[in-house]
Amino acid sequence: MDQPLFRLLAALSLACAATPVAAEEAPLIDGGKLLLTNGVATIEGTSGGGLATWSTIAGRATDRGIGLSGHITLIELPDYGWQSRGVAIGIANRIELSYARQNFDTREVGTALGLGRGYVLNQDIFAAKLRLAGDTVYGNALLPQISVGVEHKRNRDAPVARAVGAAHGSGTDITLSATKLLLSHSVLVNATARLTKANQTGLLGFGTASDDTHRLQFEGSVAYQLSRRAVIGAEFRSKPDNLAIAREDDWWDLFAAYALTDHLTVTAAYVDLGSIATFDQQRGGFLSAQIAF
Amino acid sequence: MFLLAAALLMQPAAEPPVDWDKEFGVEEKVRDPATGELPVDPYVQSNRNAGATPFAGTAMATAFGGQDGIRRIAHRTVELSEADPRIAEIFKAHDMVRLKRTLFEQFCHILNAGCDYSGRDMASSHKDMGVRMRDLNALVENLQAAMREEGIGFAAQNRFLGKLAPMSGDVVTR
Ligand code: HEM
Repeated sequence: MDQPLFRLLAALSLACAATPVAAEEAPLIDGGKLLLTNGVATIEGTSGGGLATWSTIAGRATDRGIGLSGHITLIELPDYGWQSRGVAIGIANRIELSYARQNFDTREVGTALGLGRGYVLNQDIFAAKLRLAGDTVYGNALLPQISVGVEHKRNRDAPVARAVGAAHGSGTDITLSATKLLLSHSVLVNATARLTKANQTGLLGFGTASDDTHRLQFEGSVAYQLSRRAVIGAEFRSKPDNLAIAREDDWWDLFAAYALTDHLTVTAAYVDLGSIATFDQQRGGFLSAQIAF
Repeated sequence: MFLLAAALLMQPAAEPPVDWDKEFGVEEKVRDPATGELPVDPYVQSNRNAGATPFAGTAMATAFGGQDGIRRIAHRTVELSEADPRIAEIFKAHDMVRLKRTLFEQFCHILNAGCDYSGRDMASSHKDMGVRMRDLNALVENLQAAMREEGIGFAAQNRFLGKLAPMSGDVVTR
C-alpha cells in the first residue's frame, strides 16, 4: 500500500479531519451578545445610557448577525411630559441605524408661550453609527470600543422653533464615542464628544440667527455592574445655550437598568434637565422599556 | 433456475473487513491508561502559555474556594459547554479529559491558587477551531453560570473575566 495515490488520499483525509468543526450554524438574528452590552436606547434613539449616546451597537447580534431593538421612554417633568419611541437595527455589531420620534408635551406652558394648552412639539431623528475600533468587553483592556455617529434631526414644528429664535428646523449632530467595561472594577465608562447646533436636542430648533455654528459638547457616563442583569450609573450631558429668550442647562441623571429577560430591559432614572423654555428646575422621573433581539 | 445459480456463483467471495486506518497509515490515538488523556503533539511548556499574569496575593484564590472550588468551576464550565447546543460541536471533537485538567490549571494559575499551567498557549490551542465571537460569549455565559453555582461574588467573577477577556483575539479566529 506504499503507493503515491494512497498517500495522497491519506493526506487528504487527515486534512479534512483538521478543518474547523463549525459550531451550530448561527441564525441571522443571532442574539449572541452578552446581556446589557448593547446598552439601552437614548431619547434620541441611539444605543447608550438613556441620555448619553455610547459607542455600543443596538440589538443583540454579534459580528455576523443582525440585531433589532425598539424602545419607548417617558420622562415626567414638573412642567412637561416627554416621550420618545423608536427602533434600531444593528448590523454585524458594526453599523447601527435608528429612528426615533420625540413628542414633547408643553401642557400649561403651551398656554403661557401662546402655543395653546398641551401643544406638543415633535421631532424625528434618523441616526447612523459606525463602530471604528475596539470592543466594549474584549481585547486590549485599554482600548475602548470607538464609534462615530450622525444624527439627523427634523423638527416637525419648525415655525415654533423659528418663533423662539432658532435659525433652522432641522440639523445634524456628529458624535464620537468611546465605551469600555473595566471588568477588573465592574465599571463601564463612556465618553462622547458631540458637535451640535441643537437647542434642547432640537425640540427648539437649531442654531440662532446670530450664532449658527456647531458647538462641541460632552457626554459622560459611569455605570457599575451589580450582576449580569443589573447596572446602576450616572450620566452627564453638556448642552449649548444658544437661544436668547430661554436659558439651556447641562443635564445629568442617576439610572438603574435591569434586564428582566434576555430581550426586555427596563431603565428607571432620576433626571435633572435644568431650565427648559424659561421653566426652571425640570427634575423628574425617566422610565424606559427596551426590547432587543 | 440455471440463471439464479449462475448469479449466486458470480457473487464475490466474502472478504475479511479492511482496516482502512491501517491501510492509510492513520495512527490511532490511544488514551493514556493512567490519565485517560489522548496524546498531543509536543510543545514547550511554560506558565506564559496561560495567557495572563496571575493575580497578586491570595484574595482571589480564597474568593474562588481554593483549588477545590476552582476545579469544580473549570469542570462545570466544560460540562455546560459540552451540553450547550450553541457550541457543543466544537467541544465534541476534542479531548475533554485533558481540557478539564488544563483549564483547571490555567484558572488556578491565574487566580494564584498554587498551580503551574502545563497546557498549550491560547493561539495554538484554538487555531483550527473556527471560534466566533458568538461562541466566546456562549462560553463566557457558561463560565458565569459555573461561578454563580459556586456562589462567587459578581465583582470577583468580573475581576477574573478581566484576565481572560484580552485573550479573545487569540481565540476568535473567524
Ligand atoms: C478567553 C477564552 C478562552 C480561554 C481562556 C480558553 C482556555 C483554554 C485552555 C486552557 C485550553 C487547553 C489547552 C491545552 O490543553 O493545551 C483550551 C482548549 C480548548 N478550548 Fe478554549 N478557551 C477559551 C475560549 C474557548 C472557546 C470560545 C471555545 C469554543 C466555543 C473553546 C474551546 C476549546 C476546545 C474545544 C479546546 C480543546 C482543544 C484541544 O484539545 O485540542 N475555548 N481552551
